[in-house]
Amino acid sequence: MIVESGHFMLVLALLAACYQSVLGLVGPALQRSSWIESVRPAVYAQFVFVSLSLAVLISAFVQNDFSVLYVASNSNSALPLLYRVSAVWGAHEGSLLLWAWILVGWTLAVALLSKGLPAAFLARVLGVLGLISVGFLLFTLATSNPFERLLPAPPDGRDLNPLLQDPALAAHPPMLYAGYVGLAVAFAFACAAMIEGRLDQAWARWTRPWTSIAWAFLTVGIALGSWWAYYELGWGGYWFWDPVENASFMPWLVATALIHSLAVTESRGLFKSWTLLLAILAFSLSLLGTFLVRSGVLVSVHSFAADPARGFFILVFLVLVIGSAFALYAWRAPLLKSNSGFEFTSRESFLLFNNILLVVAAAAVFAGTMAPLISDALGLGTLSVGRQFFDPVFLLPTLPLIALASVGIHSSWRKSRLSERRAAILVTLAVALLIAVILLLAAWEGPKLLTPIGLIVGIWLMLSALVDPIDRWRRGLSLGRATIGMALAHAALGLFVISVTAVESYTRERDLALAVGESGTVGEFEYRLDALKMLEGPNYDALRADVTVFENGRQISLLHPEKRNYWVQRQMMTEAGIDMQWSRDVFAALGEDLGAGRWSVRAQVRPLINYVWLAALLMAIGAVIAATDRRYRRKDSVE
Amino acid sequence: MNRYLLPAAIFAGLVAVLFIGIQRSPTKDVISSPLIDKPAPVFELPVLGAEENFSNASLAGSWYLLNVWGTWCPECRNEHDMLLEIARSDRLPIVGLNWKDDDMAALAWLIELGDPYIVNAADREGRVAIDWGVYGAPETFLIDDQGIVRYKHVGALNPAVWQREFLPRLPPLQSELQP
Repeated sequence: MIVESGHFMLVLALLAACYQSVLGLVGPALQRSSWIESVRPAVYAQFVFVSLSLAVLISAFVQNDFSVLYVASNSNSALPLLYRVSAVWGAHEGSLLLWAWILVGWTLAVALLSKGLPAAFLARVLGVLGLISVGFLLFTLATSNPFERLLPAPPDGRDLNPLLQDPALAAHPPMLYAGYVGLAVAFAFACAAMIEGRLDQAWARWTRPWTSIAWAFLTVGIALGSWWAYYELGWGGYWFWDPVENASFMPWLVATALIHSLAVTESRGLFKSWTLLLAILAFSLSLLGTFLVRSGVLVSVHSFAADPARGFFILVFLVLVIGSAFALYAWRAPLLKSNSGFEFTSRESFLLFNNILLVVAAAAVFAGTMAPLISDALGLGTLSVGRQFFDPVFLLPTLPLIALASVGIHSSWRKSRLSERRAAILVTLAVALLIAVILLLAAWEGPKLLTPIGLIVGIWLMLSALVDPIDRWRRGLSLGRATIGMALAHAALGLFVISVTAVESYTRERDLALAVGESGTVGEFEYRLDALKMLEGPNYDALRADVTVFENGRQISLLHPEKRNYWVQRQMMTEAGIDMQWSRDVFAALGEDLGAGRWSVRAQVRPLINYVWLAALLMAIGAVIAATDRRYRRKDSVE
Repeated sequence: MNRYLLPAAIFAGLVAVLFIGIQRSPTKDVISSPLIDKPAPVFELPVLGAEENFSNASLAGSWYLLNVWGTWCPECRNEHDMLLEIARSDRLPIVGLNWKDDDMAALAWLIELGDPYIVNAADREGRVAIDWGVYGAPETFLIDDQGIVRYKHVGALNPAVWQREFLPRLPPLQSELQP
């Protein structure tokens, strides 16, 4: 009965969301203040209902209720508690419920924290968010009900996919969804502004912190997924241009552009229609990402739920939401002209270039991701797009972007004042050059064009981002959170570029065939297989290797890669052995049994790779710091 | 044209592509096989649960399905009922290619769910699957009486796929030939 009540709660939540969207959109149009006031309680109700529904599903997992089809398909009584909870979003149905819950969570946050907003405007924002909730709840109820019964109940469940039994992956979907769904807030603000036909600097000030926080979640979510692919899939890298990775990266790129364009709209009242377009695009790409992953239109390691009925539903939803937003844009955006101009090397132009380059990068990723689909749809045959396309095409706009950022950071609003800052720009560039030369002399690897370029632009950006805040701090001047957050995020981007350059340039990797007692070399490193033994975990048994790694004859690491056999799903899983050192990862993964006592051992040494994820985390922290700047926390009403 | 209409226009084009994309049986035929209309690769593998070998050369002169599966593959469980139904219809034999699997688990699976196959070849290291260009389980190949691959389906079989893709390609039944 409890399980049925979870289903029933979902129906009630749908009713609340319908109420919220109709009254939130119609109330302001008819100027009925009683309608407008009743929108907020509807949000509370919807939040309570979806939360209860999610709680019911979680408790079904925790209590091993295998009479629920979804639990029986994705859990098992031998599964540890943490993974029984994370199994809730381990497959399609539960992911959707989590998505709906996060959406109503964001809606609740907007309803509670935006008391300073004009009531009619807030009602419209909540109304738009309510419409999106209606879509997702309908989707869940109509095609993907997680509360479906399986009778008679099996004695035990089929277990969670072993790939997903991992702490980083337990946290990856909630983070990623929080980012995706958070962009719905910016989208709703944009729609509300277009409905009112009015967009001012106050609007940008309301929208900006929400966008930054959503962006921070998205950043952490993507980084967690990338980290997981690195050590769990044993892919041994941080990015693979997999369609589903791209699906999360496109909204990230556009949201990054949006944050910067919001800065212009907030400070100068410019770029209004452009900002609106980016807000619509960012959320549209999140929805599109969901569509691509959920409908199985794209083939990828992630496409675990391919169902044409679902794909069709999402497509219709996509057309309704995005189509009407673009229609609204075509109708209303011409009203929002901005009149004042700016000079060529002012901050406005740098942010304009930033926006153009980011959107070009997003378009490149989009083209590469969609090309196989389009080619197939037009009957041109199967096409596969990989690194050879993405690496160069993505670098083309992003390298200039990062170099421009180092200069643009010093620019000022409205006026060309760069010449006054020439010293700072040139000194940071010179120091970056010097450091890069020293580093390259210390570890020269033969001619690789991008190594020096990557090092120079990375170090330059780091220095440029930090030079002003450090100067102000030394002189005892006050530093706002916006300044600190911005400096941190940009310095982190510099760190990201440096570490990616190091990983791409100085990685040693090789597949060795080793028997116990034998060793093989990878560059200046030597891997020795000391022992192989069997051991047993909570729901798997494993073959574990002891591998000792030497650098120039000196022992540097002891690694324990495992090959696990999960009992229930009978799936072999690779658990890499990784020694994280401050400057590098020493990595070993067990491959196939080659017969005659020999095993293939994937040996890799990757310098600075952990800084790739650390940098992403720092960027996210920077965004959160900036979003909590004092001017966003003021409670005064803006009319 | 109004430049503010441009995003809506681009979006409309994208929707058209996506719509065609899901019409063309999602995931499934995205990877078409170079083997189509070419002779099927010949293999010889141990028979699952028996001390003998099986070669698909022995099926020359008859149409058959080659179904690639493994107990580790959740979608294979979803298509199993469809395989049983095809076996019951007696249209053509189904050969199983048990791919990178544990023999005991595979036999237990067949006992639990029923056995639609005339024979199962155990491709423990996955070498034959490479010859056949198997992308992921489940996959099903249709091979004609000349040993030519006529069709390949990626993903779980279901009645719709069977009706739409397989039945039209099969030779007519004897009973259908008689007036």
